[in-house]
Amino acid sequence: MSHFILRHRDIPDINNIEVYKKNGGFENFKKVVTSMQPQQVVDEVKASGLRGRGGAGFPTGVKWSFLPNNIWPHYVVCNADESEPGTFKDREIMESNPFQFLEGVAIACYAVGAQEGYVYLRGEFQQVQLFLDDCILQMEKAGALGDNLFGSSYSLRLKTHLGAGAYICGEETALLESIEGKRGQPRVRPPFPALVGLYSKPTVINNVETLTNLPFIIEKGAGWYKSLGTEKSAGIKIFSLSGNVNKPGNYELPLGTTFRELLYTHGGGIPDGRKLRAIMPAGASSSIIRVDDSTFDKVMDTPMDYENVQSVGSLLGSASVIVIDDTHSMDWVIDKTVHFFKHESCGKCTPCRDGNYWMLHIIDRIHHGQGTNADLQLLKNVATQVNGKCLCALGDFSTMAVTSALERFPEDFAAVVKADGK
Amino acid sequence: MSLADMYPQEVKAIFAKYPVKRSAVMPLLYLAQREGGYITKESMAEIARMLDLDVTEVASIVGFYTLYHDEKAGKYRMQVCNDLPCALRGADKFLDALCQNLGVKVGETTPDGMVTVEAVMCLAACDKAPMFQLQDGDKVTYYENMTVDRTMELVEALRVSGHAKEMK
Repeated sequence: MSHFILRHRDIPDINNIEVYKKNGGFENFKKVVTSMQPQQVVDEVKASGLRGRGGAGFPTGVKWSFLPNNIWPHYVVCNADESEPGTFKDREIMESNPFQFLEGVAIACYAVGAQEGYVYLRGEFQQVQLFLDDCILQMEKAGALGDNLFGSSYSLRLKTHLGAGAYICGEETALLESIEGKRGQPRVRPPFPALVGLYSKPTVINNVETLTNLPFIIEKGAGWYKSLGTEKSAGIKIFSLSGNVNKPGNYELPLGTTFRELLYTHGGGIPDGRKLRAIMPAGASSSIIRVDDSTFDKVMDTPMDYENVQSVGSLLGSASVIVIDDTHSMDWVIDKTVHFFKHESCGKCTPCRDGNYWMLHIIDRIHHGQGTNADLQLLKNVATQVNGKCLCALGDFSTMAVTSALERFPEDFAAVVKADGK
Repeated sequence: MSLADMYPQEVKAIFAKYPVKRSAVMPLLYLAQREGGYITKESMAEIARMLDLDVTEVASIVGFYTLYHDEKAGKYRMQVCNDLPCALRGADKFLDALCQNLGVKVGETTPDGMVTVEAVMCLAACDKAPMFQLQDGDKVTYYENMTVDRTMELVEALRVSGHAKEMK
């Protein structure tokens, strides 16, 4: 199959603007600006069934349609803060296929009437920022960005903004706070960013991969896009495969591809003949899927789309598939995930800030053989108390691996706890 | 010397970039960190003055984001990711062996002041572990699919030349 997002795998020099132009580059942006009304672009993207690729899976065209037509200016902000353990797709897109990505940002801007767009990059992507700034300059020189584009009255400027190391800034309102020069802490919603977003103006926030889909949707049409993937999960997705597999990496596949195809056909299976034990399909914030002899075929034949992953007790999220073999114990796994969330909790909501502090203390104790059965119950209680009580999803995310591991892998914890009262 | 004196062009460009002045705070903090690898109290005060903010507010932003530092460390911060996906590919062992070779513990700096080894959260390079980033002032460079030997080579090159080389 040829690639639509990871197009550099077929055309290696596509990050050169001349090569990009020779391969139809900026023609789709030109098409929308010169021959389509913004509303037609919104309708086309709605009809394509494209859903947000950052993890939440919200229909992109529907998100765009929430912006009011009586408050201006509008902003488009691209979320390039990719920081979920297990996710590494956006960097590859931006480094290797930058112009298709930026053309996607431009199409989104036109669709919602924004004349200014921001790309928010995590601070660690400092080199990517330098590279994208240069790409933006080249697009300005090529007449693909700037004033009166393609002879129309439409003008557009794109800018990059560099974060400085904070997972929470991938949460869209925290991201906006960060661009505004504040600590990246989520806002209370409502109002939603579609009404009160960047600089208090109506704002659309989309993920890098989501936006990179747009040029092809415009070129080939909503019907073509919808024909890929499954009925409810249209299109293609990049699956980031990591952990205990022979060939980790990004794989661009139709939504609904099975775990078996991803792990074995593309990922080359589990190294050294070891056995598959668990899968986290949505990065560190996943509920952990247990794989054993009795569930192996059911899990492997599950299509990876927004609906079906739920049938094996997890979510697709950003499709950051972490594979765990049978040499690892789940007390170690959740010690790692809780450590991450404890570090990344922004501190605004007490349940998340204190809950993660205590979850880390308890799981550390258990993992180091100092915990008791009462600690397992306590850990479960704390996780339950954090869940659903915070302003943003980070609080919930921090508990997913914990509660699912305790429930689905009881033998791992039984093996490391001390008998009560000793 | 003040930031405005040291980097007049860059400061001007940063202010021109945003419709609201306060948005300049993050790029200005990076600028303040460029030379010494950390942000001094004087720089925070200057940035606060430039943006009509309280110094405490600027300091809280420095404290919130992990890539800003308010204390001196080694010339290079070697930030190894040992989050779950990297750890599944041996990042913890890599970090231990690296520390042993450098004769430091996590968080410590080599005696020559060149390298501070740190363990950090996910850097979005899970398929290329073991990996780390090298932070040098306001610059960040990734090193992926690393071994301890290749990392020691890099450290040696840093000691000799004083600057990082590409290792792909």
